[in-house]
Amino acid sequence: MAKVIVVTSGKGGVGKTTSTAALGAALAQRGEKTVVVDFDVGLRNLDLVMGAERRVVYDLINVVQGDAKLSQALIRDKRLETLFLLPASQTRDKDNLTAEGVERVIDELRKSFDWIICDSPAGIERGATLAMRHADTAVVVTNPEVSSVRDSDRIIGLLDAKTKKAENGERMEKHLLLTRYDPARAERGDMLKVDDVLEILSIPLLGIIPESMDVLRASNLGSPVTLADVSCAPAIAYRDAARRLAGEQVPMTIPGERRGFMNKLFGRRAA
Amino acid sequence: MTKTLAKTLTDTRPIRLKGRSFLAIVLSPELPFANWLERLDDLAARSTGFFLGRPIVLDVEGLDITQADLKELLGELGERGVRVMGIEGARGSIVGPNMPPLMKGGRPAGDIEPEPDPAPKAAEAATAGAANEPVKKAAPAIEVHSTRAVASIVIAEPVRSGQSIIFPEGDVTILGSVASGAEVVAGGSIHIYGTLRGRALAGSVGNASARIFCRKLEAELLAIDGLYKMPDDMDPKHRGQPVMVWLEGDTIKAERLA
Repeated sequence: MAKVIVVTSGKGGVGKTTSTAALGAALAQRGEKTVVVDFDVGLRNLDLVMGAERRVVYDLINVVQGDAKLSQALIRDKRLETLFLLPASQTRDKDNLTAEGVERVIDELRKSFDWIICDSPAGIERGATLAMRHADTAVVVTNPEVSSVRDSDRIIGLLDAKTKKAENGERMEKHLLLTRYDPARAERGDMLKVDDVLEILSIPLLGIIPESMDVLRASNLGSPVTLADVSCAPAIAYRDAARRLAGEQVPMTIPGERRGFMNKLFGRRAA
Repeated sequence: MTKTLAKTLTDTRPIRLKGRSFLAIVLSPELPFANWLERLDDLAARSTGFFLGRPIVLDVEGLDITQADLKELLGELGERGVRVMGIEGARGSIVGPNMPPLMKGGRPAGDIEPEPDPAPKAAEAATAGAANEPVKKAAPAIEVHSTRAVASIVIAEPVRSGQSIIFPEGDVTILGSVASGAEVVAGGSIHIYGTLRGRALAGSVGNASARIFCRKLEAELLAIDGLYKMPDDMDPKHRGQPVMVWLEGDTIKAERLA
């Protein structure tokens, strides 16, 4: 059964594209056929993070408008044969995305992939609403600071109102992915604590990604962090998050806190 | 500049902000507009004056149109004496600065059937000059098939940033938090079983006995019967506490709940 996931946040720069690439690669490493789809038409970045920027011939807009077949636009990853990229167009803008076109593309992807991960653009406009429209599950990427948390709250409201699932009266599954978490700064009170964010957003926690230079380094190398260095802290955190997405029970680790507390927290939130 | 202004302001009575709801007629144009306008003209010919002086809301939900299309349509409607007070269901980008404002949160209130115009009769009456014979007004029958007004609603989910819960009919109970940037507007009282971080406006249609209750007060704005209070005017000892807010005369009072 194919599962469509939207990675969204409202606010820009919180790590949607990085998380899309890292989760996509981690799911593909499990041997499941995965495609990452860039919805950020006009400001595409996922191709860079995936290291496929020089391999883009056709893009999402070409497929949506019927100028290219889906198979022509899909780019297979050079490191993982189960991982594919559907890039966005850089020369067009979001008005070129049509609701019917996007639905057609997603339906076609459902036929041949286990996981379809849609990288949403920032904002709450056309690009973002079309990226979330056909999703089964949403991963809400949030940084531990007030503006990001409020924007995420807004996006959660839209996920419950503007998606196909919501319109059919079903509940959209939503998960919180807390990124760029710095335990030292949270302890000093410069950042919101995990509990504060969970209290405000009240959706289950998928994972906490520690702030790390490894993430930036991997992006600049054109590699998802889960492929670049499998043993670094963010890679482990993303891999655990991917396992939770796939339905596995993995104990939650909050960077910088003792294990007993982590289990307690996860136990409570998972209920 | 602002300093002198503040000095001359001797009357410090607060300005009251009140909500009021009106029944507007919603027109839902269909593409192509030329065709739809023709049908509208036909309707108008059969019941003259139907649109005259009535508040009209234009619902363009789901129509793939540009700002220019919308402008042209508004122009066409203007020529027909249809005054559009607001636009519903449009993308913000297609509503230009000189157009009626975007409206949201509308609730359906049944269909409105325009009555066929009794024009011949009216004309007859006019020629007869019979002043004593009451001229039947071409008033359309407004049928409101609303279910009997319920006095309260319960929202079983948190109210997210950017959402508004508007319920002029009565009380609102929320089983969750109201986020920063969200608002709850109730004709009656507001009960929040969570943290109030956004705005709560109780007694919005003129009900001074309405109250606001919340488990934890972090509100951006509190209002009862049009009188409002900003966080800076609130007693800091109530912050983060379970609080009840009510109106005593023209003063908003708050008290910690046990």
